Amino acid sequence: MASSYDHEDVQSQSQVDPQGYDPNYVPDSVRTFVVHLYRHIREKNVYEIHQMYESSFQTLSDRLFKETPWPSVDAVAHHVDNDHVFCLLYREMWYRHLYARLSPTAKQRIDSWDNYCSLFQVVLHGVVNMQLPNQWLWDMVDEFVYQFQSFCQYRAKMKNKTEQEIALLRQYDQAWNVYGVLNFLQALVEKSMIIQILEQEKEGLEQFTATDGYDYNGGSNVLKVLGYFSMVGLLRVHCLLGDYHTGLKCLLPIDISQPGVYTSVIGSHITTIYHFGFANLMLRRYVEAIREFNKILLYIYKTKQFHQKSPQYEQILKKNEQMYALLAICLSLCPQEQLVEETVQSQLKEKYGEKMNRMQRYDDEAFALYDELFSYACPKFITPSAPVYEEPLVNYNQDAYRLQLKLFLYEVKQQQLLSGVRTFLKVYSTISLGKLATYMEVDEPTLRTILMTYKHKTHAVDSDGKIGSNADVDFYIDDDMIHVVESKPSKRYGDYFMRQVVKLEGLMNDMDRVKLD
Amino acid sequence: MGIPKQQPQQQYTVEQLLALNPYNPDILPDLENFVNEQVSSQTYSLDANLCLLRLYQFEPERMSTQIVARILVKALMAMPAPDFSLCLFLISERVQMEEQFKTLIVLSHYLETARFRQFWDEAAKNRHIVEVVPGFEQAIQAYAIHVLSLTYQKVPRTVLAEAINIEGLSLDKFLEHQVANCGWLLEKSQGKGQLIVLPPNEFNHPELKKNAADSIPLEHVTRIFPILG
Repeated sequence: MASSYDHEDVQSQSQVDPQGYDPNYVPDSVRTFVVHLYRHIREKNVYEIHQMYESSFQTLSDRLFKETPWPSVDAVAHHVDNDHVFCLLYREMWYRHLYARLSPTAKQRIDSWDNYCSLFQVVLHGVVNMQLPNQWLWDMVDEFVYQFQSFCQYRAKMKNKTEQEIALLRQYDQAWNVYGVLNFLQALVEKSMIIQILEQEKEGLEQFTATDGYDYNGGSNVLKVLGYFSMVGLLRVHCLLGDYHTGLKCLLPIDISQPGVYTSVIGSHITTIYHFGFANLMLRRYVEAIREFNKILLYIYKTKQFHQKSPQYEQILKKNEQMYALLAICLSLCPQEQLVEETVQSQLKEKYGEKMNRMQRYDDEAFALYDELFSYACPKFITPSAPVYEEPLVNYNQDAYRLQLKLFLYEVKQQQLLSGVRTFLKVYSTISLGKLATYMEVDEPTLRTILMTYKHKTHAVDSDGKIGSNADVDFYIDDDMIHVVESKPSKRYGDYFMRQVVKLEGLMNDMDRVKLD
Repeated sequence: MGIPKQQPQQQYTVEQLLALNPYNPDILPDLENFVNEQVSSQTYSLDANLCLLRLYQFEPERMSTQIVARILVKALMAMPAPDFSLCLFLISERVQMEEQFKTLIVLSHYLETARFRQFWDEAAKNRHIVEVVPGFEQAIQAYAIHVLSLTYQKVPRTVLAEAINIEGLSLDKFLEHQVANCGWLLEKSQGKGQLIVLPPNEFNHPELKKNAADSIPLEHVTRIFPILG
């Protein structure tokens, strides 16, 4: 059942063709590009940097470097005063382009790691005086975690490795080492003091979110914003390892019920909510997951048209589809349709309506569907430990995914009998245990067990240890009599009145502005 | 990245170690000791145990199955929290195939699906696994009572007895204690034996459910103060 999981790894891309690529050839447009970018960075002109980073780089890549890397950093260095930091930034973009268009070799993977080490060391030593656009800073963290994930997948496929590749892996065993990756992210969080900054901001003693993380006092935003995005990076890495509880803890300083710097970049917004939702799904906190997926899917629906030209568009669409799959899973395990907006509901019905009906039957076909959706939508889990170099060399890159899938399906199986209970509870207001047992074709003791399982599975434990009900239909038992309790969707009057107050005020202001002759 | 070498007197508590440097292979022995401390002093820390399981994941050759078994038993005792599953997510499939882990997984399955009779039977057959951790029986009984309290306003004595694995005179004594200290009541059912009336809560008495859905956070109201003013 790994087919849908693995399809992204099919290497249809080629590695760099040594005949067709001259690393020292620098077209004029590239020379202009680096000279201007270097100047804008020195002048802290964030708007121009952003334009060049988002548009110019993409345009040049599409026009000149569709299937080859950009010129080597050595070839462009003398155009930019051999500036050490600029070269690190250029290299970072160089490797990101390589990963996106081509397939990196083992040596290139290792060299990219070295570049990140140097770049992060420079930032951590606090000697950087630049202001960079949030998009770029997010991409750095995002790419760092992505290359780590990619390396783990690559490393775990030992079967067809050449002697040279194995020798390289043995020699550079520190490259993309899980301790290194986690410690860099953690160091960025700590050195930037971002957690304290966010705390103090709540008390009005600091400005961070209000300025989108930018520093208007002549300083640099790089360390702070990298530290901020590293919290999302840590959430992502922990999800890849299967540690959902710690992942969510790393995200805690960010209040996702409000907009923040994480929403200033669409990629960051989506990645944050995707992993938050997935972690809550695995923690059985279905209502939390449903709420957040609903919000982001509505947001994407309304805003994706504005990102059509952006290089992130494809990724946005992919994550959108994956989150619909996860939402389908959550709602099948925890039917709470009223939590989902109309637009999202109709999209969901279109994509997964039929499958959701089949999933709620909990037969063999249902389990196959849970498997399919989970495999399509889940993160690319990794095995973080060093490879085993003894014969026979095997591919173990699927092991981590198989474990998470197995445990997830195990949980689904435990909830198998609940949908039957739900159906009956919806029809009766009271029913004796004896009668229900007959209808469900089980004996009374078994029914008692099933009813208690229903209660346990629909009452989730939140991060503070409090119990909350997920159940759309609930009940209690008095000796041998079941009393059904229908939970009414609560009307949010307070919210409604507030919105009307604001609306009316707006209307009155508009009318005031009308000049009557 | 390094922390000072440990002297005979601990220079840092485990909580401090976790806060300072959770991704540090050197703290592995401290975390293992902490598991044993949790067992003997009947305390529990999910964060510390997950940290240790992560380190085992990073360096499988340093894993101690004995410690992992203790962590899992402790996690079972934390039910209804999903800690047991959280731990399993970090333990490789191969390790989960070992006998003692297969048994613990079966025990967890029985508890997750409220099959208390089967649970106590299986636990009795595997005393060597579960009796290593003091307080195990009481913790599971507390979980059983929790599930009963979600489900029943009034529960027959036989159902309670099976769930907490206490009968006869011991059960009488237990009920006396619960009546005196926890607000339980005893009733006689029509010819069917004792009924235990469990304390009312929002899960077995729907009228007690607080409708928190319509409360508005203060920050939202402050946004319309300029208008109201």
